Amino acid sequence: MFESLTEKLELTFKRLRGQGKITETNIDDAIRDVRLALLEADVHIKVVKNFLDSVKAKATGQEVLQSLTPDQQFLKIVRDELVELLGGEHQDLDLKTAPPVVIMLVGLQGSGKTTTLAKLARHLNKDKKRSPYLVPADVYRPAAIEQLKILGRELDLPVHDSDPEASPVALCRQALSAAQNRLCDVLLIDTAGRLHIDEELMQELTAIKDAVRPHQILFVADAMTGQDAVNQASGFDGKLGLTGIILTKLDGDARGGAALSIREMVGKPILFSGVGEKLDALEPFYPDRLASRILGMGDVLSLIDKVQQNVEEKEAAKLQKAFLKQQFTLEEFQLQLKQIKRMGSLGSLLEMVPGAKKLAAQVDTEKAESELKRVDAIINSMTLGERRNPAILNGSRRRRIAQGSGTTVTDVNRLMKQFMEMKKMMQRVSKLGVKSLFNRMPHPYS
Amino acid sequence: MEGSSFFQRLKQGLTKSRESWVQKIAAVVQNRRWDETSIADMEESLIAADVGVKATQELLETLRKRSPGASDPAEEMSRTLQAALVDMLRRSPGPKIAPLSARPWVVIFLGVNGVGKTTTIGKLAAQYRSSGKKVLLVAADTFRAAAIEQLDAWGQRAGVDVIKHRAGADPSAVVYDGIQAAKSRGVDVLLIDTAGRLHTKVHLIEELKKIRRVISREQPDAPHETLLVLDATTGQNGLQQARVFKEATDITGIVLTKLDGTAKGGVIIGIQTELGLPVKYIGIGEEVEDLQPFDPTRFVQALFEN
Ligand SMILES: Nc1nc2c(ncn2[C@@H]2O[C@H](COP(=O)(O)OP(=O)(O)OP(=O)(O)O)[C@@H](O)[C@H]2O)c(=O)[nH]1
Ligand SMILES: Nc1nc2c(ncn2[C@@H]2O[C@H](COP(=O)(O)OP(=O)(O)OP(=O)(O)O)[C@@H](O)[C@H]2O)c(=O)[nH]1
Ligand SMILES: [Mg+2]
Ligand SMILES: [Mg+2]
Repeated sequence: MFESLTEKLELTFKRLRGQGKITETNIDDAIRDVRLALLEADVHIKVVKNFLDSVKAKATGQEVLQSLTPDQQFLKIVRDELVELLGGEHQDLDLKTAPPVVIMLVGLQGSGKTTTLAKLARHLNKDKKRSPYLVPADVYRPAAIEQLKILGRELDLPVHDSDPEASPVALCRQALSAAQNRLCDVLLIDTAGRLHIDEELMQELTAIKDAVRPHQILFVADAMTGQDAVNQASGFDGKLGLTGIILTKLDGDARGGAALSIREMVGKPILFSGVGEKLDALEPFYPDRLASRILGMGDVLSLIDKVQQNVEEKEAAKLQKAFLKQQFTLEEFQLQLKQIKRMGSLGSLLEMVPGAKKLAAQVDTEKAESELKRVDAIINSMTLGERRNPAILNGSRRRRIAQGSGTTVTDVNRLMKQFMEMKKMMQRVSKLGVKSLFNRMPHPYS
Repeated sequence: MEGSSFFQRLKQGLTKSRESWVQKIAAVVQNRRWDETSIADMEESLIAADVGVKATQELLETLRKRSPGASDPAEEMSRTLQAALVDMLRRSPGPKIAPLSARPWVVIFLGVNGVGKTTTIGKLAAQYRSSGKKVLLVAADTFRAAAIEQLDAWGQRAGVDVIKHRAGADPSAVVYDGIQAAKSRGVDVLLIDTAGRLHTKVHLIEELKKIRRVISREQPDAPHETLLVLDATTGQNGLQQARVFKEATDITGIVLTKLDGTAKGGVIIGIQTELGLPVKYIGIGEEVEDLQPFDPTRFVQALFEN
């Protein structure tokens, strides 16, 4: 179901072809398709309603552009609206205040606060050249203080020696002056997980806020959250006044629709995405990428961006021809690999392809990259005829190629298997309407 | 549309959703048939409880098949649906063998990150212990920072021993030691904590399979229970979690945690219908007594409350 919104819309709009306008009557089915996709992505049902009203208003009466099919154009309207509501452009964490900059992380139990706090400390230290002071203020959960201490040790950053018997408010006050004494310029406070309806614990957060006046109060939300996200976000925002959002566990396959609900309730920027358990698994948040993900389009957009930045004109034209003809040969495969190398790691690229995320999880990307070199050698040992028509590769040809490239027949066989898989994947990509993938002309999703 | 007016409308909508179900239905179902407006309202409420589009459609079909009686359609709509749901949730296979009929009775807990595995084990350990059972815990989450210390703290709180290795050790090796210790110490219940893992990470799912193989090798009828811990605030991704974990490890039941918040945990309805996985326990807080057996009637009632 996930990958099929684009396909569904294509079907829905088949009968639209030849009509010059998107009208109210012909749009209803398409709206229903999008509604279903959004609900399955966990966008709150009220948010979905308002969103669709606004999409409908925007879409109705629009001229269908010559360059786009109606389904592409409709999808573009939906996507643009979604990107807008998710915040439009990426926003940076604002640190502009007198040091130490106090940042407090809050959220429900198990959402990822402690891990995210360590990731954030690492980011501020490494990328922003700040010196963070980490404060465990969760005196309730067993071993919560120890957890942050271990993470701080791993990062080689100072962690406040919180007394589990002290009150969190007193702790934070103490930590603030300790940070000042140590000349640390960022104070990162890890609070205990709590429910937005827990009056007493919410009161505690307000007290911490009054005591140390955080510059940023960030809501750490689990990307797998369902419809309840609206209650949670409005609960925390109502009591504390949040300044931003961090979305965790995006390395799974949750569509992350809760982000839209939260964003609607809080109206503050989503700043970072958590994409793993390790401390370097924190990325800037990009609204356009999440929009594609919510709609089940994979990360086609950023793939297009990357490809556009990196593919040389001539190579691109050649590849595009191969795509259109659906004749993906080993020659193109090799070209592809070269471009992949130019674009960045194989893993990050695979993750952007719709449907290939699972594949990415299975691939040991470091091994894969050294594998790329071997593949290059194997293809170089093939004749032009063999590259263009791999079907002729019989046993003796394979033996010759293995010898010529200093590999084994098993290696050659494996390559052929990989190539077939790649070919399938590529066909999938091109089916998704990414025929303009390698084109510098304006494309529907830009 | 203006951003602010969109926001306003949303807020209004949410206030509306806080009215109770019965009130809402009473307001729309005045005549004695299910009219489409009231069905649409019901659909909305079910989806807002994370029941999901598919399971909701199925439920509404059940409703459409009957016509309302003469008395009170509003009350009846709610009652019909509740009955259908309770019925659906009861439809689960019984246990293969009676609880605690083997010794040690081995239970392994698994699930995605942060759902409440370790806490559930802590609560259950304390409960078994106070009913006079001999309990042993296994700290097979050797990955997350302070996961071992966390289980250890629960062990102390419950007054039960914990088998543990160093951080970073092979989880299968800890499990092996745990089973040996349980046998030699004559333990009644062995509870195994595993690291949180996303169902999409193939190598971590493989690690889980390996742990299971070690258990079955050391004790052929074990694990007696394999419980998937699911956070009630989880949306439709919960279904995918259940699918993958069931496929990989033969789940026997679900623990639904964090029901003390405002989330309804409706996703378990889809899980029950599609996969036939029964909910065994619910978590309703962070203390020992906050783990209770699952009661379909009360769960469904809560689903229909605001
Ligand atoms: N896969 C994945 N796991 C994550 C991510 N962020 C956090 N986690 C994991 O989620 C679990 C909970 O993380 P914690 O940092 O302990 O969460 P918390 O919000 O501090 O929890 P409490 O303090 O108990 O409320 C741990 O297993 C983390 O490793 C992420 O981006 N991806
Ligand atoms: N409100 C509430 N909180 C709960 C419940 N069960 C667990 N928690 C809290 O949820 C957070 C995460 O619980 P853990 O037991 O550490 O979760 P876990 O699945 O072991 O996490 P990882 O091992 O990191 O994957 C902790 O803060 C618990 O106190 C519950 O039923 N209700
Ligand atoms: Mg924490
Ligand atoms: Mg745990």
